[in-house]
Order: sequence, then C-alpha cells, then structure tokens
Amino acid sequence: MIIDLQKFIAHGRPHWAELERLLNRLESEPNERLSLAQARRFHHLYERAGADLARITTFSSEPETRRFLENLVARAYGEIHETREKRRRVFPLQWFFQTWPQAFRRHIHAFYLSLAVTLAGCAFGGFAIAFDPGSKPVLMPFPQLMQDPAKRVAEEEKATSDRLDGHKTSFSAQLMTHNTKVSIFTMALGMTWGVGTCIMLFYNGVILGAVSVDYIRAGETKFLLGWLMPHGVVEIPAVLIAGQAGLILAFALIGRGRRVSLRTRLREISSDLTTLIFGVGLMLIWAGFIEAFLSQYDEPVIPYSGKIAFGCVELILLCVFLAKSGRNKNPGA
Amino acid sequence: MKTTALNIRTPEGVVFSQPLAGPVIRGFACFIDQLCVQTVLTVLGTAIMLLQLISLNIGIALYILGYFIVSIGYGILFEWGWRGQTIGKRLFRLRVVDVAGMRLQFNQIVVRNLLRFVDALPVFYFVGGVTCWLNSKCQRLGDLAANTVVIRHPRLAEPDLDQLLAGKFNSLREHPHLAARLRQNIAPTEAAVVLQSLLRRDEFDPAARVELFEVLAAHVRAKVEFPAEATDGVADEQYLRNVVDVIYRAKS
Repeated sequence: MIIDLQKFIAHGRPHWAELERLLNRLESEPNERLSLAQARRFHHLYERAGADLARITTFSSEPETRRFLENLVARAYGEIHETREKRRRVFPLQWFFQTWPQAFRRHIHAFYLSLAVTLAGCAFGGFAIAFDPGSKPVLMPFPQLMQDPAKRVAEEEKATSDRLDGHKTSFSAQLMTHNTKVSIFTMALGMTWGVGTCIMLFYNGVILGAVSVDYIRAGETKFLLGWLMPHGVVEIPAVLIAGQAGLILAFALIGRGRRVSLRTRLREISSDLTTLIFGVGLMLIWAGFIEAFLSQYDEPVIPYSGKIAFGCVELILLCVFLAKSGRNKNPGA
Repeated sequence: MKTTALNIRTPEGVVFSQPLAGPVIRGFACFIDQLCVQTVLTVLGTAIMLLQLISLNIGIALYILGYFIVSIGYGILFEWGWRGQTIGKRLFRLRVVDVAGMRLQFNQIVVRNLLRFVDALPVFYFVGGVTCWLNSKCQRLGDLAANTVVIRHPRLAEPDLDQLLAGKFNSLREHPHLAARLRQNIAPTEAAVVLQSLLRRDEFDPAARVELFEVLAAHVRAKVEFPAEATDGVADEQYLRNVVDVIYRAKS
C-alpha cells in the first residue's frame, strides 16, 4: 500500500501525542483509575498506534517515527495486557500482618525442606564434634568458638566490665548487615537449582550442631541456651526462611510436575520471594539488636533463666504469628 | 539461538521489536553505577565522620547501615523510580523491561537486584557475564529469575542529507508513482545500507567503492524498474544518491 508519508505522520501525530500523555499519566500516577470512557479511548489510541506502526514498518525513510511508535506501542501494550494486580499503595501493617505470613504458609513445604536440611547439618555437626572433638577447628573456624566452653563461661561470668561498652550499636549494625547479606545469598543460590541453598543451610546446621554439642558436653547447656535463645530463635528461622525462598526459586526452575512454562512459574513466585526476603530482613534487624544488647550479657548481669524465658516468649510469638496471622477467619464466606 | 532484539507480537497482530543490550555495554553501565555507589559512599562517609565527633559508635553503625542500604538499594531505587534505568543505564541508553513486554513490577526489580549476589561471583560479575553471553536474550541469572531483559534505546542520528545530496537534479523524481513504489518496496535495512555506503564513501578504496556501488545499484534497480530516460547515463553512485533522496526526502 502506497501512502503519503507526510500526510500520514501529520494525521497520526495528535493521536500518538494523546496516547503518550495518557501513558505518562498512568505511569506517574499509580493510583490513577480510568473511567470506562477513558479506558475505551485508551484502547482505541493503542490500537490506532499499533496499526500505524504496522503501516510505517514497511517504510524505510522514517526510522525515528518507527522507533517512537514501537516505544509507544510497547508501553501501551504493557499497560493494557498486564494482568497482575497494579500495586496502588503500600500498606506496611497489612503487608506485615497478612501478606508476609500468608506467603510463608503458601510455601510451607519449602520451609520444611529448609528445616530438614538444616537439621541434617545439625546432626552431622553434633555427631562429628561428639566423636572427634579434634575436628573443632574445621567445623567451626571462629576464634570465639575455639575456646574451651567451660573456660569461656567462667571468664564471661567473672568479667566486671562491659566488653562491648561503646561498641554495641556498631556491633548490632554489623550483625544485621552481615546476616542479611548471608540470607540474600542463600536465597539467590536457589538459581543453582537449590544446590547452593542446601549447601548453605547444611553448613549453617553443621556449625549450630557442633557448637551446641560442644557446650552440652562441657555441661554448659544453660549458658548455651541463655546465649543463643534471645537472638537465635529469630535469627535461625530467618535463615530458614531465606532458605525457603531459595528453594521456592529452585522448585520454580525445576518445575517438576507442572505443565506451565518456566517464565510463568518464575512470574508466579516473584512476589512471594520479595515478600519473604523483606520479612527475613526485618527478623534479622530484630535479631541483630537483641544479640548486641541482650545476648552478650551473662549472669550475674542478666540471669540465664530470664534470657531463656525471653527466648521462649519470642519463639512462641513468632510461631503463632507465622501460623495464624492473616488467616481468613471465614474461609467459606 | 542468540537474538539481538526482543520481538513481541501483540494479540492484535502488531509486531514491535526492541534491541537487546549485550554483556559489554551492560558491563560499562555497571561500572558507572559502581562509581556512583562509591561516590555516594564517600559523601556518606564524610558526613558520618562529622557525626563521629559526637559519637564514634553511632557514626560507625550509621556508616555500616548506610553502606549496606546504598550498595543494595541503589539499583532497586533507581530502576523503580526511573522505570528500569539507573544512572549508568541512562548514560548508555539502556533500560530494564519485562521479557513479555508487560509493565515492570517492583518485585521483578527487587529479585533481579538481589540476585546480583550470585551474578557477581566469583569476581567482576563473571557468572552474570558468562550467563548473559550464553543466553539467547542476553539475560544474567537475575534477569532470568525476574523475567526481565535489558534493551537499548539507540539515538538515531539524522543523516546530513543536504551535504550528501547537494541539490542536484534527480531524474527519479520525474516519476513520482515509481518513487513511491520504491519507498514501499525497499526494506529499512536495505535503505540504511545504501545511505551508509554513501556517507562513508571516502573510507573505501576507489576500486572497492566502484564495485560496492555497482552491486548496490543493481540490487536497488531490481526493486523498481524506472524508465530508461531516468537512469540512462547516470552513474551507479549518482543513481544511489537519487535513491536516497527519494527515500529519505519524500516531500521536497
């Protein structure tokens, strides 16, 4: 079809400009809702721009116009054919009490697998340290853990000065950022079909199991619980949830038993991954704060029973929150 | 198979394509972004040094948190605020878009940026670069997980046709219906080749230039046959100049 190019552009330009204005408005105002008449007009303009693009594609002389129309049609296509819910406004409380626990429960099997891998690591680390105490430098190569547990407890209980005095806030910030980075890494390793995530979880479990058995064998169970529980009951589940996110990613990549494309599977989990990892971040902020300001204090400053009780309350609240929060009270309604 | 463009066919049957960005240009954009992050961190460090005069502990804590937030949040914040662009991407005219042409979602931006932790392994984005190189749509692992691609928005420079065509008589313009048919029949890429060959004529050896224009002129002549009086006695190069004039200056 031969067309008069100048006339074609002159005629089409007002419509393209109108579509561009509408798109700019929709993109800059996420809360914008079109009326039925506006939506019809928008669709008409999109179809018109699409038809114009189809016509001008056959012409050599207007690469700028073609590029402009391609860009316009691409943007309008994204707005019109997008079926995912448009995020209108962020409601932090709704996200915290509903979205996050719901996302956690939706993928509970991934969490159970994450827990199982960690427990397997714990068992391995525990057995290894019980049968071969000499493996300590290999299993937990951290200076503060290399010491004899009984000796460390005696030193800490005898201490008269606060060794973290003047450093608590920076120590807390260090813990928060380090643990969050490890958790993000654990999630991201889901792209290795979950192998990397499982290795991270297993290794985490090995250290936990080895430390626990080391202190229990030395008769320092109460110190161990008092030291680990206040922050550990939040920090360890946070790492498990990061592992859960990594395994969700891995399941989507593998796609076993599902007859949908990889792209669709990944699209389905994208929102839950973000929710879970932001939840993990919040948990680790809390854990970092507690570890720096509470876990490091031992008897006689803070009684172990108090720290253990605090840890138990945290654990119960966390379990209730993750299991119950955001549940629909009237599922049939 | 490796593709250089993201082609999307709408349900209405319209096809639009957007050129994909390769690993090298993305690497340059990433380098600029890292420079920006370092600049922000330097400024932040200087500001916090003043705070350390009041409390060293709080100053260090703020720097640690600031470092973490800036290094992770930079990409997320800019790509969300600038609809798929960071400073580096804007500089190199790149943009992150949804692989299916849909609206880019916040979740996608978060996922692709958090997966940098794996893409950056072991050093200098080696894993991401290799994945990008091997992937048909130049996606790194983060892009694969988030269903995104990075496209280019090349700036199309208007050719200096006045200098090229110099207002000489164009015999093809005596046949407007055939000129219109030529504009329709010739593909945009073919027209671009002809234009570029004329713009770069001085870069060729004389013999090679004659040969090239001969081949191109024969190719264009096969598209539309002009009457003998319009083409007889016209050299191949001049014929191609007339063709470019007809295609790119339709109204003059």
